[in-house]
Amino acid sequence: MPAITMKVNGQAVCGDVEGRTLLVEFLRDKLGLTGTHVGCDTSQCGACVVHVDGKAVKSCTALAISCADSEVTTIEGLARNGKLHPMQEAFREHHGLQCGFCTPGMIMAAVDIVKRKGKKLDEDTIRHELEGNICRCTGYQNIVAAVKAGAASM
Amino acid sequence: MDNSTGTGIGARVRRKEDHRFITGKGNYTDDINLPKQTYAYFVRSPHAHATIKSINTAKAKKMPGVVGIFTGDDIANDKLGGLICGWMIHSKDGSPMKAGPHPVLAQGKVRYVGDHVALVVAETREQAKAAAAAVSVGYVALPHVVDVADAMGAKAAIHDVAPDNRVFNWSIGDEGATDAAFRNAAHVTKIDLVNNRLIPNAMEPRAAIGSYDTGSESYTLYTTSQNPHVARLVISAFHGLAPEHKLRVIAPDVGGGFGSKIFIYAEEVACVWASKHIGGRPIKWTAERSESFLADAHGRDHVTHAELATDSNGRITGLKVHTKAAMGAYLSTFASCVPTYLYATLLSGQYNIPNIYAEVDAIYTNTAPVDAYRGAGRPEATYVVERIVETAARELKMDPAEFRRMNFVTQFPHQTPVIMCYDAGDYAAALDKALEIADVKGFADRKSAAARSGKLRGLGYSAYIEACGIAPSAAIGSLGAGVGLWESAEVRVNPVGTVEVLTGSHSHGQGHETTFAQLVSDRLGIDINNVAIVHGDTDKVQFGMGTYGSRSGAVGMTAISKALDKIEAKAKRVAAAVMEASADDVEFKNGTFTVKGTDKKMAFGEVALSAYVAHKFNSAEIEPGLKEAAFHDPSNFVFPAGVHICEVEIDTDTGVTDVVNYTAVDDFGNIINPMIVEGQVHGGIVQGIGQALAEGCVYDKQSGQLLTGSYMDYQMPRAANVPNFNLAFTCTPCPSNPLGMKGCGEAGAIASPAAVMNAVTDALDVRDVPMPATPHVVWKMLQPMKKAAE
Ligand code: FES
Ligand code: FES
Repeated sequence: MPAITMKVNGQAVCGDVEGRTLLVEFLRDKLGLTGTHVGCDTSQCGACVVHVDGKAVKSCTALAISCADSEVTTIEGLARNGKLHPMQEAFREHHGLQCGFCTPGMIMAAVDIVKRKGKKLDEDTIRHELEGNICRCTGYQNIVAAVKAGAASM
Repeated sequence: MDNSTGTGIGARVRRKEDHRFITGKGNYTDDINLPKQTYAYFVRSPHAHATIKSINTAKAKKMPGVVGIFTGDDIANDKLGGLICGWMIHSKDGSPMKAGPHPVLAQGKVRYVGDHVALVVAETREQAKAAAAAVSVGYVALPHVVDVADAMGAKAAIHDVAPDNRVFNWSIGDEGATDAAFRNAAHVTKIDLVNNRLIPNAMEPRAAIGSYDTGSESYTLYTTSQNPHVARLVISAFHGLAPEHKLRVIAPDVGGGFGSKIFIYAEEVACVWASKHIGGRPIKWTAERSESFLADAHGRDHVTHAELATDSNGRITGLKVHTKAAMGAYLSTFASCVPTYLYATLLSGQYNIPNIYAEVDAIYTNTAPVDAYRGAGRPEATYVVERIVETAARELKMDPAEFRRMNFVTQFPHQTPVIMCYDAGDYAAALDKALEIADVKGFADRKSAAARSGKLRGLGYSAYIEACGIAPSAAIGSLGAGVGLWESAEVRVNPVGTVEVLTGSHSHGQGHETTFAQLVSDRLGIDINNVAIVHGDTDKVQFGMGTYGSRSGAVGMTAISKALDKIEAKAKRVAAAVMEASADDVEFKNGTFTVKGTDKKMAFGEVALSAYVAHKFNSAEIEPGLKEAAFHDPSNFVFPAGVHICEVEIDTDTGVTDVVNYTAVDDFGNIINPMIVEGQVHGGIVQGIGQALAEGCVYDKQSGQLLTGSYMDYQMPRAANVPNFNLAFTCTPCPSNPLGMKGCGEAGAIASPAAVMNAVTDALDVRDVPMPATPHVVWKMLQPMKKAAE
C-alpha cells in the first residue's frame, strides 16, 4: 500500500491507501472527517463535495492517490478561527437544511459557485449550478436563498 | 404569529441543531465506528422469483478477512423470528389477511430482485463485498410478476398462503346506499388512474451497527430509524432476539426518512443478531445507494377505477372506488394499513359526500415491499378525489373552484361515511386566499400570452385534506393495529434551572431540537439555550412511538406539554412552601412565581434549586426533585387541509413541463415555528412534483429486474426543476389537543401531485396523463394533437 501525503484543512496528513481507495474513504475512514457524506454510488448526489486545490470535486469519484500532495478543504475546514464561513451562516439563517445530510456538499458546492460566478448570483444561475447536488428535504427554495445571501456576504 | 424576535411559540427561531450540521459535526450512523468493528455485505437475489437449491459458502469463507457467513439456515437454527406486518386487515368475507413468511435471510425461496440471501461479515467493507461475490447460490427461476395490474391470479404464486397473490379484499362504506346514489345520479364521472410507484430516497442510505456485549449479555443496535423504540419492541417481541432490557437501540442523527426508515428491515436485524455469533464484535452495514433502490420499502403503486355521482345541481351524491394496491413480495411493517385505513378513510376529501364505497385488493408482486412513504395512503386518496372532482367539473362545464366550493364541508364536526370525523376547518377561506395569491383571474391572459410563444398553459387545483397526528390508540386498535400510537415525554429540570426534555419523537430533519425547545421556553419562561431535547436512544428515553404520520407536533409535543403541566404544578407547591404561602395563591408567569396580593416572588431557577435542596419543605408532603413524565394518547386524528394551485407551461416542441407558479394555502392550526413549517411544505411539494413529473419506479416485465436502480434512471427533482413557492396559511385551531396544532410534514406531498396533474391535463386539454408526466410522455401525447391540428 502506497503512503500519500496531503494537506487537509491546512494540516499536513499522511496515510496508507490502496490504489482503489477513494478520496472520500480516505477522509472519512482514515482521517475521521465524517462531515463529508456519501449519498450515492453513481457520482450524482453531491453529498461528498470537497475542495481540492481550490476546486469543487466529488470526493466519491476521485482516487485518494490522485489527490496526493494536494490541498483539500472539507466542511470541517471551512470555518476559520472559530468563525463560521458566511455560506455556513447563510444556510442557518435561511433554513437551508433539514436533515443536514446533503448540507456539507451543498455548502462546499455553493462556495465553489461563488468562486466561479461571483458574489452577485441570480436564482436561475444558482439553481442551474446546483445540478450536481440533490436534496430530498428542503425543496431547494431555502437553499437557493441561502446561496444567494451567502454569496453576497462572502 | 410571526413573532420573529422572540423564541416562544410562533417565532421563526433559527434552528439549534444547525450548528453541527453546517460544520460537518453531525453524527449519522455511518459516522460512528466502534472498536473491533467488522463490516457486512449482503448477498442479494438476482432473480425476481426463484427457489434456492443450494448455497455454497466454502470458497467465500476462505477469502481474506472473512469473519463469518450466515444464511437462512442459521437464522432458522437460532429460531430468530421473521419480519412482521403490524396491522391486521380482514377481508370483506371476514378472513384475515394472508401474510406469507418473511424470514430475515431467505429460506428456500427468493421473491424479488434484491431479496436478502446471505450475510457476509469481514474485516473490511471491500473484503466483505469480495467474499459476497464468491458465495455461490443455486437458483431455479420461477415465473414472476411485477405489475400490480396483472398480478392477481398470475402464474407466479408468490406465497403459498395466497395462491392468487391477493393478500386481502377489503372494503369500507355502504355499498347498497352508494349504488342507490349512482342509480339516482344526474351525471356519473368515471376515471382510471395509476398512482406510480416511488422510491423514497432519503439522502442518507440506511445503515446499522449491531453489537453484542458478552459481559452484560446485551445487544446494542445503532440504526437509521424514525422510531428506535418500535424497532426495539419488534426485534425483542417478534424476532425474539433478546428481552427489551437487554437490547438498546440508538437512532442518532438520521438523514431523512419520509417513512422509509419507520420499518424494521432484515439487514439491521441480521447485523445485530450475527454479532453474537462472531464473539460480540460490532458489525457495520451501510447501504450503497443501489441497495437503497433495491431494498428500501417503496411507496404508492396503486391502480384505481373511480366513479363520482352528481345530481342535477352539481352536488356530489356518491363516490365508488376500486383500487389494486401492490404490497411487493412481502408485507412490510405497516404495509397493510396504508391502502386501507390511511387511504380509503380520506376519500371524502373536503367534500360533503353522503355515500362512499371503496374496495381494495392488496396484491403481492415480485418487487421490493411497498409501505408508507411521505403521506402514506393520503396522497393516493387525494389523487383520486382531486382528479375525479376536477374531471367532473370539466364534464359539467362548471368552474373547478366553484364546483369544489359548492361541495365543501362547511359544518363541523362532520362525520364522513368512511370513519373520519372532521373536527375543524374552513375550506372556503383557504380557497379564497389561494385564488387571490395565484391570481387565477389573470390566468386567461397568461394562457393566451403563452400560446403566442407556442406554449401550453394549464391551471390545476388540489383541495386536500389529510388525517394525521397518528393516532388514537383504542380507535386504531379496533381497526387492527398491533400497537398504540400515543407518545411519551419526560421533562427533567436540573437544579440550576436548565431543562432536558426526553421525547419519544425522533427528528430526522423536522427540527424538534428547536420547536420542542420553543414550547418549553415559552411555557417556563426560560432561555431557549437552556433547553436540550434528547431523543433517539432507548436507554435514555422512557418510551416512544417515533416520528411519522405528522404526529410529533400534535402528539409528541402534547405529551411534553402535559409533562410541563405537572412540572408547573409541582414547582408551584415548592414555591408555595418556600414563600410560606398556599399553593393556590401562587401564580406562574414569564418564568416567575408570585404570591397573589404580595410582592413575594421567585424565579424559575430558584424554585428548581429549592426543589433539589429540599431544605424548605416537608419531604413527607413534597418529594424532592423536579422531574415529570407524561404519556399522551390523542382523542382524534388531526385534519390539516388546504388548497394548492399549480400553473404549468408545456413546451410543445420538447414536451417539457415547467411548473411556473405554485401556490399553497394550508391550515395547520397553530404553528410553533413558521420558518420550519414552510420548509416542510416546500420539501413536500417538491416530492409531489417529483412524483407527478419525474419519478417513477420501473421493473422490467420480462426479467423482473429493477430498471430504475440509480440516479441515472430514477429522476430526482433537482434545484432547476422546481420554482419558488407562494405559501400562506389559514388557521382553525385543532380542538383535540391543547396546543391547537395539526401536522405539516406530509401536506405538501399529499396535495401536489393532483394539483400538478390537473394543471397538465388542463394544459393539454385531455382527461388523463399518466404520472410521471416526463417530457417523453407529454411529447408522445402531443404528436397526434399536432397532426390533427395540421
Ligand atoms: S456520493 Fe459523491 S456524488 Fe453521491
Ligand atoms: S437537508 Fe436532508 S437531504 Fe438536504
